[in-house]
Amino acid sequence: MPDPVLEVTDLKKHYPIKKGLLRRTVGNVYAVDGISFSVAEGETLGLVGESGCGKSTAARAVMRLVEPTSGSIKLEGQEIAHLGKKELRPFRREMQIVFQDPFASLDPRMTVGDIVGEPLQVHGIARGSELADRVAGLFTQVGLRAEQMKLFPHQFSGGQRQRICIARALALNPKLIVGDEPVSALDVSIQAQVINLLVDLQQEKKLSYLFIAHDLAVVEHISHRVAVMYLGKIVEYADKKTLFSHPLHPYTEALLSAVPIPNPKIKRKKQILVGDVPSPVNPPPGCSFHTRCPHAMPRCKSEVPQLQEMSTGNWVACHLHQGGKAVAA
Amino acid sequence: MSAMPTIGETILDVAGLKTYFYTRAGIVKAVEDLTFTLSRGETLAIVGESGCGKSMTALSLMRLIPEPPGRIAAGKIVLDGRDLLTLDEESMRQVRGNEISMIFQEPMTSLNPVLTVGNQIGETLRLHQKLSEAEIKARTIDMLRLVGIPEPEQRAREYPHQLSGGMRQRVMIAIALACNPKVLIADEPTTALDVTIQAQIINLMIDLQRELGTAMILITHDLGVVAETAQRVIVMYAGRKVEEASVEALFERPMHPYTRGLLDSVPHLTSISGDEAPEHLNEIPGMVPALSNLPQGCAFAPRCKFADDQCTAQYPPFELKSDGHWAACWHSERLSGDSNA
Amino acid sequence: MATESETTDHSAHLAKAGANVNTRFGELLFLARRYPLGAVGAIIVIAFVFAAVFAELITVHDPLATDADMSLSAPGAHHWLGADNFGRDVYSRIVYGARISLAVGLGSTFLGCLLGVILGLVSGYMSGWVDLSVQRVIDIMQALPLLVLALVMAAALGPSLENTIIAIAIPIVPHVARVIRANTLALREQPFVEAARAVGMSDFRIAVRHVLPNTLAPLIVLGTAQLGSAILTEASLSFLGLGIPEPFPSWGRMLSESAAEYVRTAPWLVIFPGVAISLVVFGTNLMGDALRDLLDPRQRT
Repeated sequence: MPDPVLEVTDLKKHYPIKKGLLRRTVGNVYAVDGISFSVAEGETLGLVGESGCGKSTAARAVMRLVEPTSGSIKLEGQEIAHLGKKELRPFRREMQIVFQDPFASLDPRMTVGDIVGEPLQVHGIARGSELADRVAGLFTQVGLRAEQMKLFPHQFSGGQRQRICIARALALNPKLIVGDEPVSALDVSIQAQVINLLVDLQQEKKLSYLFIAHDLAVVEHISHRVAVMYLGKIVEYADKKTLFSHPLHPYTEALLSAVPIPNPKIKRKKQILVGDVPSPVNPPPGCSFHTRCPHAMPRCKSEVPQLQEMSTGNWVACHLHQGGKAVAA
Repeated sequence: MSAMPTIGETILDVAGLKTYFYTRAGIVKAVEDLTFTLSRGETLAIVGESGCGKSMTALSLMRLIPEPPGRIAAGKIVLDGRDLLTLDEESMRQVRGNEISMIFQEPMTSLNPVLTVGNQIGETLRLHQKLSEAEIKARTIDMLRLVGIPEPEQRAREYPHQLSGGMRQRVMIAIALACNPKVLIADEPTTALDVTIQAQIINLMIDLQRELGTAMILITHDLGVVAETAQRVIVMYAGRKVEEASVEALFERPMHPYTRGLLDSVPHLTSISGDEAPEHLNEIPGMVPALSNLPQGCAFAPRCKFADDQCTAQYPPFELKSDGHWAACWHSERLSGDSNA
Repeated sequence: MATESETTDHSAHLAKAGANVNTRFGELLFLARRYPLGAVGAIIVIAFVFAAVFAELITVHDPLATDADMSLSAPGAHHWLGADNFGRDVYSRIVYGARISLAVGLGSTFLGCLLGVILGLVSGYMSGWVDLSVQRVIDIMQALPLLVLALVMAAALGPSLENTIIAIAIPIVPHVARVIRANTLALREQPFVEAARAVGMSDFRIAVRHVLPNTLAPLIVLGTAQLGSAILTEASLSFLGLGIPEPFPSWGRMLSESAAEYVRTAPWLVIFPGVAISLVVFGTNLMGDALRDLLDPRQRT
């Protein structure tokens, strides 16, 4: 069994809150509080959750754009969580990121050809006419025309800009692409185009995706495995079909139930969660979901549930499902 | 979905609305020749993507279009018998927030950060109703309770930044409904919210509408939200209405290729809907045309697989295709062959 | 379906929006009509630059040539704006003075902006203790009283053109640095900068290639305003004898040489240099204001 492209173990990112003249640390924002997952070659892991769950922070920590507080990040079997800048540099070629905002992701003062070619220049991979050829190739791969290389970002639409961002991410031929809500800011009809492009590229190049999104329908379409995050922890981690058809964690159930279905004939009894998402500064004790959980038991208030494997590859962290079997509430 | 609301007589009648913007690049026809009606207690959804004119329609109804560079060039907006376009600004101000109100997408930027929440609800009451201060205070608490905010007395004294996104949106709804308007326009009210909060807010809006009998125009790009909340739908493309139908008819048998394309290209939870999970999403090729440079014929023709010479030469008339179902397309019948029941 | 009145209606609005403007000249006219004061300012500044550059072509007399016979002569056919107590032609001295003022103004503004950009960029991008220390340096520079500084420099190093430029550049630095720092702080968080980091670019490269070009936009407005201010400052310094030394003609010194003694007997010696200074500062301010409005991101359609 080859090494997974990405293997994350017990990743944590805490932001200290400093107050007062002496800048004393009075607390922490537990943005990411010990998560573990892996992504195999050619596979997409969808990371879902609502605002404040830590999925964006997790993505940035994996990319080392934000320094992890602790934990292990293995890229193709190599530990990169604590490498210095210089040692990290060659690994940067293996993982790239596509952001949510197609407008702010491109330097407005550079031509798009320069933007896409820059990674190749920085790593000394190509120069001059060879560089131009490679950039032209990347442009056609993402569905744009090579002549458009000379234009500036503001001359493109949102969907086209996102394609340019994808071209930039592909430039160094990475094994892993992290997508931080890459289609959320796009119009509905353009979303489909970009999603199809990502799926095609994955099949062609055996790319692995860590796909962060809040739109469950998109995640269902593009992922092979899914991890659901709540307040910095993974509460359910399973293969796509299992998670979407038989969700085990009450939060996953509520999430799925809340998604509006574009079919007026389907009338479901919705599970409306009471209250708001608690803040990651002061997460509730025990299971952080117990304040909103319709099945909360006394145990949930004091004991933090651990991720347990229910069937091969399907994990859930919930006291309702203990030791591999469901416990009557 | 909860019990069907009682739908009454027509409360809003929009005819031939044209909203244009004058720019360096020429005339941008943001809304072109829009006609529709809205009845008491009804929810009408206006669906489309960015640039289709749905937000501009909302702003036109509220007469909030900046002039210059914009201008409502033609049309009538008749609210309960009065044409809003004939009113002067002073009279229009008495209508806004009072007979017709609006809630926006971003609750944080739509609320004044330096005024308490109670103050902002009270402000609209103070403007439009003749109530004593004590009555205003009581009504403010009532509104907060109505929109489901716990401990309303406490909350009324708080500032927007102390509330969560969902709470702020509830406050916006409270402000909009404080004077019991005849029409509520909701412009992407849940797009910026988390999905579990979105479900709460949609539920709230449906309940409130039933209770107060307000007519609602829901503007959104989310077809799922449309399916759950609206009775009737208008689809807009490049500033024009291209299809209008009941929500069941629209989803089951769309009569315009754009609607069909939208329905096919949006990923939805197949595990719940029971549909076959597509390998590839059916994409609509190309992009929306620039509103300052619209083609002569049908604006959707360059992206449409059914388009022919007639489509590029002449804009199709908006006509009745079947019971209560209208579309602007020369080839609607070709879609029925294509549809999946 | 458009009626006759409808089409005429549209063209009136379109013209106001500046549509159908195709030629460069047309664009300029459109801008001039939209920002009339700015146009006036621009004309003044352009005239001033023209005078400075083509001084030889538009003057008859040598600004340094003395002529005892014509001492204190009123404006007339021979000396268009009169002559000073040495018989030097006032008009020529005003025109050549423009050259000095422009040189000092541009020189000090350029130097001040250069230093300000470097300090602001480093401070904003590096943050941490680097930021804190650079900010203290900027604070010190801002606290230095200009006149005292100029006095000390003049006393220690002797008054000269170079020293004047340096002295005037110093108060500009903190102004520019603050603006650039603020922009840098904002830009640092943008996704395109994060993307550059993800590619493995060094901080230096990111700062210079990505952040710097995007911070420079406000510099145009800032620079224009500072130019006028620098010219005024030069005039003040020269007036006090701390700026441009003999024999360069300086408007400020022209004023100081004549204000006390000749204001009643030969008022033209005071009026014309004064008008010149006021006009140039007025022009740059108007132009700066208009540029700020023009570059303000207001278009929403």
